Amino acid sequence: MEKEQFYYDNKIVKMFLWATILWGVVGMLVGLLVALLFVFPGLLEFAGADNAISWLSFGRLRPLHTNAVIFAFVGNGIFLGIYYSTQRLLKARMFNDVLSRIHFWGWQAIIVAAAVTLPLGLTSSKEYAELEWPIDIMVVLIWVVFGINLIGTILKRRQRHIYVAIWFYIATLITIAVLYIFNNLEMPVSAFKSYSVYSGVQDALVQWWYGHNAVAFFLTTPVLGLMYYFVPKVANRPVYSYRLSIIHFWTLIFLYIWAGPHHLLYTALPEWAQNLGTVFSIMLIFPSWGGMINGLLTLRGAWDKVRENPVLKFFVVAITGYGMATFEGPMLSFKNLNAIGHYTDWIVGHVHIGALAWNGFMVAGIVYWLAEKLWKTPLYSKKLANTHFWLGTMGILFYAIPLYIAGFTQALMWKEFNPDGTLVYGNFLETVTEVIPMYAMRAIGGTLYLTGFVLLAINIIKTAKAGSTVEDELAEAAPLKKISGKRIAGEGWHTWLERRTVLFTILTTIAILIGGLVEIVPLILVKSNIPTIESVKPYTPLELEGRDIYIREGCNNCHSQMIRPFRSEVERYGEYSKAGEYVYDFPFLWGSRRTGPDVHRVGGKYNDNWHFNHMMDPRSTSPGSIMPRYSWLIKNDMNASNLESKMEGLVKLGVPYSPERISSAKQELLAQAKQVEENLRQDPEFVKNYGSSNIQNKEIVALIAYLQRLGTDIKANKTALK
Amino acid sequence: MEVIYITIGVSIVVAIFFFIIFIKTVKSGQYEDTYTPSVRMLFDDELVTESDKDKQKNSQSTK
Repeated sequence: MEKEQFYYDNKIVKMFLWATILWGVVGMLVGLLVALLFVFPGLLEFAGADNAISWLSFGRLRPLHTNAVIFAFVGNGIFLGIYYSTQRLLKARMFNDVLSRIHFWGWQAIIVAAAVTLPLGLTSSKEYAELEWPIDIMVVLIWVVFGINLIGTILKRRQRHIYVAIWFYIATLITIAVLYIFNNLEMPVSAFKSYSVYSGVQDALVQWWYGHNAVAFFLTTPVLGLMYYFVPKVANRPVYSYRLSIIHFWTLIFLYIWAGPHHLLYTALPEWAQNLGTVFSIMLIFPSWGGMINGLLTLRGAWDKVRENPVLKFFVVAITGYGMATFEGPMLSFKNLNAIGHYTDWIVGHVHIGALAWNGFMVAGIVYWLAEKLWKTPLYSKKLANTHFWLGTMGILFYAIPLYIAGFTQALMWKEFNPDGTLVYGNFLETVTEVIPMYAMRAIGGTLYLTGFVLLAINIIKTAKAGSTVEDELAEAAPLKKISGKRIAGEGWHTWLERRTVLFTILTTIAILIGGLVEIVPLILVKSNIPTIESVKPYTPLELEGRDIYIREGCNNCHSQMIRPFRSEVERYGEYSKAGEYVYDFPFLWGSRRTGPDVHRVGGKYNDNWHFNHMMDPRSTSPGSIMPRYSWLIKNDMNASNLESKMEGLVKLGVPYSPERISSAKQELLAQAKQVEENLRQDPEFVKNYGSSNIQNKEIVALIAYLQRLGTDIKANKTALK
Repeated sequence: MEVIYITIGVSIVVAIFFFIIFIKTVKSGQYEDTYTPSVRMLFDDELVTESDKDKQKNSQSTK
């Protein structure tokens, strides 16, 4: 058989490698910063306590950390591994060099756009989907470029058989595309502001359907593909069972997409949907552990290599972390364990086992191994890599264990009753200050992990310098395996085209289905937004502006708005939350973590002055609080210039604002703002400090109006009944 | 809760898509051999030829 010469594109792999290292350092640094804010809440108040810097507050930095680590660090790490392994597995250069470059630079542009917009408070508030609509469109376009490049490479492959890793990449490509589009359907109301087309419970379901699958199909399946390529490669041992890997893949694909509702146990989601999510989540342990065992047993008879080779050490801990995280996942999906773990730091510990061990260590191992391959030189220092490994492993333990302890402490304290039926820790703050030492330990863990990763950066830079720099692109040759006549070979041109047609038909059908659904979705939803609780009314213009400030500041990163139907929560927060209360919440703001107390029934609980003082200095009203100061809210003028277009956008989504109300919205806003200012002026202390300034057009007024509205509609109903 | 029809509907479409691919790959014999692929991928590394250092960007595509 005649052999063919071609070249693998190593340049693109190197580009993704540098991006991985760069964003890894950045993402972890931001992570460490937000971890330190738990211990030193005033850490970033460089300009003085009364001049807090808005873009350095926790609520804005936390999404920056999650997005940087997931999409920038792990994202580039995935592409790095995919671009390297796909070419070799398929015996073909990537489909198109230009597409590869567009993919790389486009992805980096998205990251930079995210790094600018998130601290500016331009966010949709939906976790791991915070980016606003123009960037969403960019993400979809770049993802399509990646898709064409990957599918194109598969079509021009020289190896007939498609190795299991490629299957994992294909699943990632398709599923992420579908989920990302559906979760980010939004109604733009200005250049950088949009409202989710779903509201309340519906939005929550779509969000966690996406959110869970972001973990499944962005942080798991592609990395599993990398595991099936790089672990056997580095160990130079065939995978333990190829058959098991195929079973692993197909079971995972068919089970994963149904597990999302386990993020919404005990909420207003219909019971059967919750149970469906639980059942599928528990079933997931079988493929997950099958895959973990397959990965670890690949090293059978090669454990001596693990002792010698730092790369394999990273892989062993990574795969073990995968096993731990996928054991915990199904366990946390049991409703009784979920009742304990949900909203606590247990979840934060759980995801970091996945992120630090599984993702971080897989990527680190791959980077070390590829550095030798790409620069054709031994690693600068094996010892340094081993040091990184031990620092990282200690970092993971110091991170996760304190947070497990913190999580259980919180859950137990939140739920503890006195014999007389009152809460032992009625003041939420006690449950926060109790775990501060654990937060300090976590920050130490993060420091260790980051230090280790910096050693990786140094090691790789030194390796690259020592290596052959001339070879931007390494020239390679490999035999052409004649792809059988039935398929893509020269003779079978017609068959090949036909086959392509089939593929294209499937793809277009899906595209059409999506397109059709996109148009149908709002219709179905508008219908269903008819309130089920009569006293629930749309937000007033001022409250709407306040809610957008709440979203901008990322309050939902620490405060939930979902009181579960437990005695302890009803006692602490008030009546449990009903699905019908959220029909006008575009997007939903249930949150997933209670660093601070739930705020769904905070309306009317404190007076306006309390909120004012609390926002200016949380420590003044709540000594020991770790909430940031929001002093810019009293300095910034409220920007209500988009008010009408916001309300019109919401009307299209089914909120019943009448045209008259929209045209007089500014007056209505002003009247309510005046009322809030009047309330504030009843406090002589306030008059003394702020008496001369014009408060009614400041942002704080809108936020107070929104907070005072929260959860009160249902109370109005009750008083009406009386 | 009408949105659940969308999430379930889309999930089913994705599942059907993967199911079709699954059937096709089974029929085309992707899984007949469960041993060779695991070994083959270990030996697929590039063979470096002597004369190709100069034309680095010059990639010859197949057809």
